[in-house]
Amino acid sequence: MIDRATLEQRVSAQFPTVRIGDEAGDLCFTVERELLPAVAGWLRDEPDLSFTFLNQLCGVDYLGREPRFEVVVHLTSFQNKMRVTLHIEVPEADPTIPTLALLFPTANFQERETYDMFGIIFTGHPGLERILMPEDWLGHPQRKDHPLGYEEVAFTHNEDWIYANKPFAKE
Amino acid sequence: MVMHAHAYPNIEIPTPSQIAAVALDNEPDENGEQSMILSMGPQHPSTHGVLRLAVELNGENVVQLAPDVGFLHTGIEKTIETKTYTKSIVLTDRMDYLAPMSNNMVYVAAIEKLMKQDVPERAQTLRVLLLEITRINSHLVWLGTHALDLAAMSVFFYAMREREYILDIFEMLTGARMMTSYFRVGGLAWDIPADFIPTVEDFLTHFLPKVDEYEDLLTNNLLWKQRTLGVGVVNAADAIALGLSGANLRASGVDWDLRKTMPYSGYETYQFDVPVGHNGDIYDRYRCRVQEMRESVKIARQAIERLKQMHGQPYITDNRKVAPPPKSEITYSMESLIHHFKLWTEGFRPPRGSAYMAIESPRGEIGCYVVSDGTPQPWRVHFRAPSFINLQALPHIAKGKLMADLVALIASIDPVLGEVDR
Repeated sequence: MIDRATLEQRVSAQFPTVRIGDEAGDLCFTVERELLPAVAGWLRDEPDLSFTFLNQLCGVDYLGREPRFEVVVHLTSFQNKMRVTLHIEVPEADPTIPTLALLFPTANFQERETYDMFGIIFTGHPGLERILMPEDWLGHPQRKDHPLGYEEVAFTHNEDWIYANKPFAKE
Repeated sequence: MVMHAHAYPNIEIPTPSQIAAVALDNEPDENGEQSMILSMGPQHPSTHGVLRLAVELNGENVVQLAPDVGFLHTGIEKTIETKTYTKSIVLTDRMDYLAPMSNNMVYVAAIEKLMKQDVPERAQTLRVLLLEITRINSHLVWLGTHALDLAAMSVFFYAMREREYILDIFEMLTGARMMTSYFRVGGLAWDIPADFIPTVEDFLTHFLPKVDEYEDLLTNNLLWKQRTLGVGVVNAADAIALGLSGANLRASGVDWDLRKTMPYSGYETYQFDVPVGHNGDIYDRYRCRVQEMRESVKIARQAIERLKQMHGQPYITDNRKVAPPPKSEITYSMESLIHHFKLWTEGFRPPRGSAYMAIESPRGEIGCYVVSDGTPQPWRVHFRAPSFINLQALPHIAKGKLMADLVALIASIDPVLGEVDR
């Protein structure tokens, strides 16, 4: 069993660019997207860490922030009874991120869902297709600027915001 | 740096369109054999909801298959972003409609984790009691439909008979039989009725012998064993790689139950065992779940003993910034009236940040990831739906098996399509 401080040291020694933080009491690493497979694979394969179980993978759209998107991955080590969070920032201009589906097959469906909902492209994924929405759906519904099915009425006090954030409002 | 490409070359999870591509290029081989593409569902009764399977068959053997999901997608995660935290509790029931209390629990527990909100001990004990009754409820539906899929009709009737009792208990407690929406951030929605505890005790006394009755019908039944023993084996390494959780994981010999390993709501103070299988076949999944029902009765009885000592203690936190004051207080306290008004018009504001909370639902690890931007509406809520992730294992488990076994496999994974599609 390793404790939290040891894990923090191990990670910062192995990957000096990884930022270490705290998410509601859980250990949290902010990882550059190029490093993601290396960090996740290392956490999985080091015998004393063995974060072999990928709990979940999802996207978050922080509209108005740069980089706009974030992919959040939670890994669990059965051996150490510990859970860590990986945050990977993804810019809007180039929404790509290396896939984890080859390292953790359980990420397959969840990456498809994240692609479906946010338009984040997981490079190297064996079948990146929509999973919950219909195949011919336009747009990615969980993006914050995706319309909710009704149009916000433009008044003088909010029309600038609407036209800036929802280009399809004029269509 | 070592790149770990294709760490699990034996695990393939095709998409429906990849199966459809086989149909386009489907020429007979030198022996004149040709594979057949079968679209199973979405209205097939054994798919437990609207699940479609695109299956490539060679004779009676499954070459490969792809689950096609999304028919029940209602955008629950998107809808939650437009409502206050409390208003969204009703949406969580509708995901896994066989275990509504577990969904309520994971959602409110994630918010409590984010806000560092304490829950009174009596509310925690009641939660444990309700979660275990929910587990029995869900396992009864699983057992009934699983047996029904393998043509054992009577088990279905017996299981539904006992489930009716549980639904009556839910109705007595919340007014709703299935969509209970009973949990709140910081505790529960209202206090239990006076005759609730005796009714649950009656149920537990009545129910425990019935588990033996189900086992009499199935456990040593030759037909049942022929259909389940050694069918659909998943080894422990593959089960972890595929992200299986709950009884599906434990049947493969991995002793991992969040109630024991990452306890919540005071589970660490209860005495119970976690049934673990070793073969990872359908039969072991069946044994694990049936055994879990017995363990749930054990936990529920301990919770009832504690609740009898806790009479009169609060069922929700007295933090007025999160939980509304009692209605009677509003008539004489201006401060309470303000709190009531603010909570029901605006809602509460968790601090900025995010939290992931996971609990052991009847189907496995259900998780909730909440992101707050400091406003009364969540910025993002994501559910790790155990059915969605367990269903992903189906192409791997069913590969090379008989078409008839596929029906048994779907039932043994125990997916609820409302939760798969959210």
